[in-house]
Amino acid sequence: MDKIFRVNMTDLTTRIEEVPAAWAGLGGRGLTSTIVSAEVPPTCHALGKNNKLVFAPGLLSGTAAASSGRMSCGAKSPLTGTIKESNAGGTTAQLFARMGIKALIIEGLPEEDKFYSLHLTTDGVSIAEETELLGKGNFAVIEAMEAKYDKKVGVMTIGSAGELKMASANISVKDPDSKIRSHGRGGMGAVMGSKKIKYITIDGAGATAVAIADPDKFKAAARVFAKAILDHPVSGEGLGTYGTNVLVNVLHEAGGLPTRNFRFGQYEGHDKISGETMHETIVARGGKPKHGCHAGCVIQCSQVYTDKEGKYVTSGFEYETIWGLGANCCIDNLDDIAEADSIMDDIGVDSIETAVMMGVAMDAGILPFGDGKEVIRLIKDEIGQGTPLGRIMGGGAASVGNAYGVTRVPVVKGQGIPAYDPRSVKGIGITYATSTMGADHTAGYSVATNILQIGGFVDPLKKEGQVELSRNLQIATAAIDSTGMCIFVAFPALDIPECLPALIDMLNARFGISLTGDDVTELGKNILKLERKFNQDAGFTNKHDRLPEFFQEPVPPHNATWDFTDEEIDAFWDF
Amino acid sequence: MNITLKLFATFRQDRFKIEQRDYPDSILIRDIVAELGIELEACGIIMVNGRHALPEAPLKNDDTLSLFPKVGGG
Ligand code: SF4
Repeated sequence: MDKIFRVNMTDLTTRIEEVPAAWAGLGGRGLTSTIVSAEVPPTCHALGKNNKLVFAPGLLSGTAAASSGRMSCGAKSPLTGTIKESNAGGTTAQLFARMGIKALIIEGLPEEDKFYSLHLTTDGVSIAEETELLGKGNFAVIEAMEAKYDKKVGVMTIGSAGELKMASANISVKDPDSKIRSHGRGGMGAVMGSKKIKYITIDGAGATAVAIADPDKFKAAARVFAKAILDHPVSGEGLGTYGTNVLVNVLHEAGGLPTRNFRFGQYEGHDKISGETMHETIVARGGKPKHGCHAGCVIQCSQVYTDKEGKYVTSGFEYETIWGLGANCCIDNLDDIAEADSIMDDIGVDSIETAVMMGVAMDAGILPFGDGKEVIRLIKDEIGQGTPLGRIMGGGAASVGNAYGVTRVPVVKGQGIPAYDPRSVKGIGITYATSTMGADHTAGYSVATNILQIGGFVDPLKKEGQVELSRNLQIATAAIDSTGMCIFVAFPALDIPECLPALIDMLNARFGISLTGDDVTELGKNILKLERKFNQDAGFTNKHDRLPEFFQEPVPPHNATWDFTDEEIDAFWDF
Repeated sequence: MNITLKLFATFRQDRFKIEQRDYPDSILIRDIVAELGIELEACGIIMVNGRHALPEAPLKNDDTLSLFPKVGGG
């Protein structure tokens, strides 16, 4: 039977609890958001004693279902003040699921000014004081833990940014190659740092296979599902070849590639940072264009980027990071961006928040646009060292905007707006505005239908249909985020009719239940409503579901503006 | 009339990145796609001057036609 592992950092005790009946059918985001809603007072300080940090694997994690190894991490966010769920690959979701850990809940704050580590086994959690690895980067922590335990040990760790409770701090998760994936957005690393936990290790010894109620049915459904993923040109081939960075050229052509801190929709240096160029570079240098963030991913959008000498620089080199430091900061040098990406992983800051923040810092005059070397220095020597400037920058885009009096600050609910201009890709603008997470493209990826023509087509430059599109996608995403599936399964799910029923069949076969498509939609709706309720109780209203004022300015080349009325945006919640 | 053609991702293999070509005024997008030896079904995104377009659409002088296979990310 699955259990809840609970850790109290105030009195340094740990417990194993039965799973309450109400949580039994939940996993991933559905479970983290339910636990946070049930146990965290919405008005609490995100870094204070009443916030809780929750980890939960998805409902299908640990099974043979393709691309199902995503772990959800939830808490009240110190960046946005809203509820937060951030999911990541790596090895921990599968370990948790096979060890029967339904969720890990970390509560309280230690009284003494000491750091600790947690170690999870099938028998429970132990807490130890940590001194040696304080101030060390995430790569060093992973290396030390593999030396202490073995190659298979699961690791979740924070870098110096998390120790210093910076609002852009993330939680790094070891991937199957001992590199890093991240619970990136919303400052989950700061919450872990506030609880004075430097790292969490997971020893899967004694773990069993995940119980499947109807193995034959599961196998059949899993086969159909994997086939759908592989048959779809995007998940079956495109993502594996070019990674997500193929989008640089797509968004440039469409005029939706935010450039120079969201002044333009096209970037003259786009070709140099494009997915095509990156693919050629990786192949020429003997890197790996295709790589999975967890065992069992058949899409494999990740890659290993090497330097000119063929030495490892970074992996999981995403479009959002490359856009953010590339077009948005006008840095047309992939090697500089890759180096910055690696340092961000090491000190443990969200690469989207940091990239958006750098664009604001350039407008503030802290550094010039296009200065890749200075970006690297600022990340390493200011943020990484926790200097006063570094702490302002580590606080994210809004923090720099406040400190320097910048009005051009692309954030919603305090979180940096990612790689698609909401004026020329209007559906994603609705998602930024209304998401319970603050500006988050993954919450309802309207870009698929606005730009990529997946799941139909809704003209990105017109208002018609955008609210409905974003609503449907946000509902579906909340449900998918509960299964442990990577959100990229949405591409085949939107186009191939057998895909979603197969996913539901797997859930039913796993748990011996009989969910219908409508039940899954209901689940998605309930999660969104629960999260919104938390935010409302924390003081958020519909007036926070708005984009910054400067988006009223037209953005070239289409000279599109953000022109939704308040009523039009608020209609999102009519369900 | 003069048309700028831009190809992306796998469409570049054995073809080109960008080229200017001269076409009769009556040409449709689908004719150009066929001339390039690309299956229409393989086209994920067709854009003319940064706006999504249908294969049946005509073109005018100095248009830029961008062709992508089915790609995605996020
Ligand atoms: S598609 Fe990419 S992000 Fe998704 S699970 Fe696979 S490697 Fe990870």
